[in-house]
This record gives sequence, C-alpha cells and structure tokens, in this order.
Amino acid sequence: MIAYILKRLSIGIATLIVASIVVFSVLEIVPGDPAQLMLGMNATEDALAALREQMGLNQPLVMRYLDWAGGLLRGDFGQSFTYSSPVIDLIAERAAVSLPLAVIALVMSTAIAIPVGLFAASRRGKAGDAVAMGAAQFGVAVPNFWFALILIYVFAVWLRLVPAGGFPGWEAGLWAGVKALLLPAIALALPQAAILARVTRSALLEVLGEDYIRTARAKGMPRRSVLWRHALRNAMIPVLTILGLQFAFLLAGTIIIENVFYLPGLGRLVFQAITQRDLIVVEGVVMLLVASVIIVNVIVDLCYALVDPRLRTR
Amino acid sequence: MTAQDHTAQDGTGAFIRLAFANRSFLAGFVITVLIAAMALLSFVWTPYDVTAIEMGQRMRGLSWVHPFGTDHFGRDILSMIMVGSRNSIAVAIVAVVIGMGLGVPLGCWAAARGGWVDEALMRFNDLVFAFPALLSAIMITAIFGPGALNAIIAIGIFNVPVFARVARAGALSLWPREFILAARAAGKGKTLITLEHILPNIASMLLVQGTIQFALGILAEAGLSYVGLGTQPPMPSWGRMLFDAQTRMMVAPHLALFPGMAIVVTVLGLNLLGDGLRDVLDPKLRRER
Repeated sequence: MIAYILKRLSIGIATLIVASIVVFSVLEIVPGDPAQLMLGMNATEDALAALREQMGLNQPLVMRYLDWAGGLLRGDFGQSFTYSSPVIDLIAERAAVSLPLAVIALVMSTAIAIPVGLFAASRRGKAGDAVAMGAAQFGVAVPNFWFALILIYVFAVWLRLVPAGGFPGWEAGLWAGVKALLLPAIALALPQAAILARVTRSALLEVLGEDYIRTARAKGMPRRSVLWRHALRNAMIPVLTILGLQFAFLLAGTIIIENVFYLPGLGRLVFQAITQRDLIVVEGVVMLLVASVIIVNVIVDLCYALVDPRLRTR
Repeated sequence: MTAQDHTAQDGTGAFIRLAFANRSFLAGFVITVLIAAMALLSFVWTPYDVTAIEMGQRMRGLSWVHPFGTDHFGRDILSMIMVGSRNSIAVAIVAVVIGMGLGVPLGCWAAARGGWVDEALMRFNDLVFAFPALLSAIMITAIFGPGALNAIIAIGIFNVPVFARVARAGALSLWPREFILAARAAGKGKTLITLEHILPNIASMLLVQGTIQFALGILAEAGLSYVGLGTQPPMPSWGRMLFDAQTRMMVAPHLALFPGMAIVVTVLGLNLLGDGLRDVLDPKLRRER
C-alpha cells in the first residue's frame, strides 16, 4: 500500500516537473522581445536593457526556468504587465468563480450519471435501458456551449428565471453567486453526465457477468443489495478513471462556458491575456490548470487503493 | 498467414451483412454518408456564395429562398453550414491521422519492447493527458496567433496517447498468443510480427477508436472555433457561427439552432457508427447482447 502510494506520488511529481518544462519552453519560443512588447515601439535602448535586466532576460535559459519554477513553488507567478498586479492575485480572484463552477458541475454530473447508469444496467435490454441510453447517446453529441445557449434562451430570455450571464460576486451573497453559476454548471454537467452514465452502465454490466455476482444471487441475496454492495463497488474503477479524465475536460469546458455566460473566471482571464499578449498570465493559468489535472489524476489513482482492497495489501 | 487473417478475408461478405443488420451501425452509416456527401457537394455547389455579403437580407427567418435563414451579414446559413462541415471534417480527420500515425507505432513499439520503453510511453501518456486540446490550443495561439492549424495540432497531440493506449493494450493481449509464438519460433523479428500479425488483428479496435476520436475532434474543433482559437472568419465554421449567433439570440434565435444541430447530428452519426462497428467487430460483446 505504502509502496503503491509512494510510486504514484513520485510519478505525479515527475509529471508535474516535465509539464512545467513543456509550458515554460513553449512560451519561451514566442517570437518577439517581451521587454519591447511591454515598453512599446518607442522605448529607448537603455530602458529596454534595464527592463531585460530586471526581468532576468539576460540570464541563461536554465536559470530562468529554475527561477520561474522556484517562484511557482513559493506562489509567485510573476507580475502581469497589463493588470500591473501579481499574477497569483489575478488567478486567486478568478479561481473563486471557476473552481466552484467546476465543482458544482462535477457533483451534478456524478449525481445524475451514477443513478442513471445503475438504472439502465438493472433494466438491461428493457425499455428503460433503451430510453436512458438513447438520451445518453444524444447527450454525448451535444456541445456544451450550444447547450448553454439553449439554456440561456429558455431559462433567461424566455422564462426569465435566472440572469443570462455575468457574475454578481460572492459579496452579493451565497445564493446570488450560486444562482449565477447554476445554468453554466448544468450546461457543463449534462454532456459529462451522459458519458459517465454510459461508462457506469457498461462497467456494471461487465461486473454483473462475474461468478461472484452469480454466487451472491444464488445464496439468496436480494437483487438490489447485489447491485449496490457487490456490483457498484467493483464497477467503480473504470468509473473513477473516467471521472479523473473528465476533470481535464471539465476544466477546459469551464473555460469555454465562462465565455458563454460572461463569467469573470480563469477562462476569461486567459483569453484576455492572449489578446493582450500578456504571456506571463497565460503561462501561469495554463500551468495551474495542467497541475490540477495531474494532481486530480494522482488522487484518482490513490482512490483505486481505497476501492480495491487488492491494491492495499500489495 | 494466420487463422485469424483467413477468417477476416472470408468473412468480408458476412461482415457487411452483419453490419447492416445492426441498427446502430446502419443509422450511423447513413448519417455519416449524408454529412460527407454534403461536405463534398460544398466543393462544387452551394445554394449561395458564403462570402457574398448582402446587408439587405440580414437575419432573415426560414423561407423558400433561404431554407435556414440568413446571418447578420445576410449570408445564407445553409450554405455556411455546408462549407463549415468540410472544415470540421478536415480538422477532425487530420487530427485522427496525426494521432494514429504517431500513437499506433508508439503503442506497438512499447508492447513489443516492454521494459523501460513501455514505462516511458505510459508516463508520456500521463503527461499529454494533462494537456487537454483547449490548453494546447491556448498555448499555440499565444505563440503563433489563432488559426485552423492550431486546432488540428492541438487535437492531434491529444489523440496521440489515446491511440498509443489502444494499440498497446491490443498488442499486449496478442503477444502471448500461439500464432505469435509460432511466428517467433519460425524466426520472424518483432517488427515483422508487428506488421504482419499484430497490426491486422488490432485494426478493428483502432477503427472503432478512430470513429470515436473523429467525433470528439468535431466537438473540439467547434469549441475552439467558438472561443476564436480555431477556424478564422471569413471561412465559415460551425463553432464560429454559434459565437456570432449568441449576441443576436434575442432577435434571431434560429441563428444558433442550425449550426448546433449540424454538430449534434454529425457527432451522433459518428458515435452510432462507432458503437455499431464495435458490436459487429467484437464477437464477445455480440454474444452478450
């Protein structure tokens, strides 16, 4: 168990390091001189040289990477030149929108998908299964941002139940904030739930064909208990794997959905940074998102050990 | 020649019969062929010129002249959807080709070599999976500016580990089989065995994964174009049309309807095709149904 955890953790850390090198070097090959970009075309040679010195641009590449990576570890993501404030402050401010959105969507999609998958698997081949999986097949094909547009049209424009977009800020109260995130979260959650429901169903069907399920049924265990106690638990491994992978898509989806609803989250931040060529912000946000995907997948791997006792004894 | 290879050849007719008896395959096949035909037709004919701006015809509703209406520049929506389809398809196909072209050799190599090569590949997969297509596209755009090529590269990169995984898993399950052992005993090298025996036997798995990644590629391209990182105007694309429709939703909700439906129908068709193919190609699953 401890060996397993240590192995997963060290792989996770190594992946993080390589990912940070990738992000750093990709944005390092950007054409153009960052100092020139910040000071504009009319900057004097002296001013440029001073700024290069101040930004550490004269140092060798390896030193600059170590500087940057060390800064990340201390929570110093550098200074944005368009906002003239530390990148970490910008990220913290925007993450207060993106993170709750991703979490609400993840909880919503799991809460929908697992019962639907269970329902379909337990009624395999019957009408209920066909309806649920038909809906899931459709849900997988719907782009979340188009679904978001439909939701806006129905619930904001037509029924006027919720605002069409924007975010009042958490200062406006918890409910006001959650209300603004409700439609975006549904738009994110439903297509994800469709995928997850399909995986849950097929994982359950695979498990339901196993001998120990037949044994449990043969000894007179009620169908419902077999499904919940034996089948669902064993089907959790593929479901967890997909949940981990989906987190990456969820983050990506959050970035797109924020643009649909004009939410001031990380997605809006990164797109504004791209148009203003504020690369240090792009670098910081991308690194943060990549890191969270890697960390979530390590956590998923550790959860396997909780779900599967065989891994614990190893 | 192995036993497997023989059945595959003799069974072509049987396969086609089985495939078209599968409702999912049939529906997916029909939809996919129709969409492909629409994309091909757009090269030679569209109802209107998609670059022709007619301000007098702005945001018209559905009519006989413009079946799907017109957009905010007075361009015919049906024509834009037709041209947009070929963009979506081109991006998704090239991304699948990139993913297969790099991923399959990597996966086969890892399965054949084992050891550190295999371990390195799995770690590489972990790494690439941490960069969803959108993040790669954001980085590429930050460097080179936006364009359809970004979408292709970003989606293609993400496809590589997917195909590497499928190829590796398939190849690993084949290596201990008797017909492979026989080939090795006959003195064939690992490369030759991979080309002659492994690849033909994992081809069906790769085909199924190909349709799935194709569908995901269409969705990803639409998303990237929607946020302005993919296909650039004036070239019509489904994602961009939805972006343009958004601000005009109060006055002309139909602008958002048809591009979205085009995406849904295409992705649905490809997914049905993939599901059907899997049912037909995987006898184990077929028996269970």
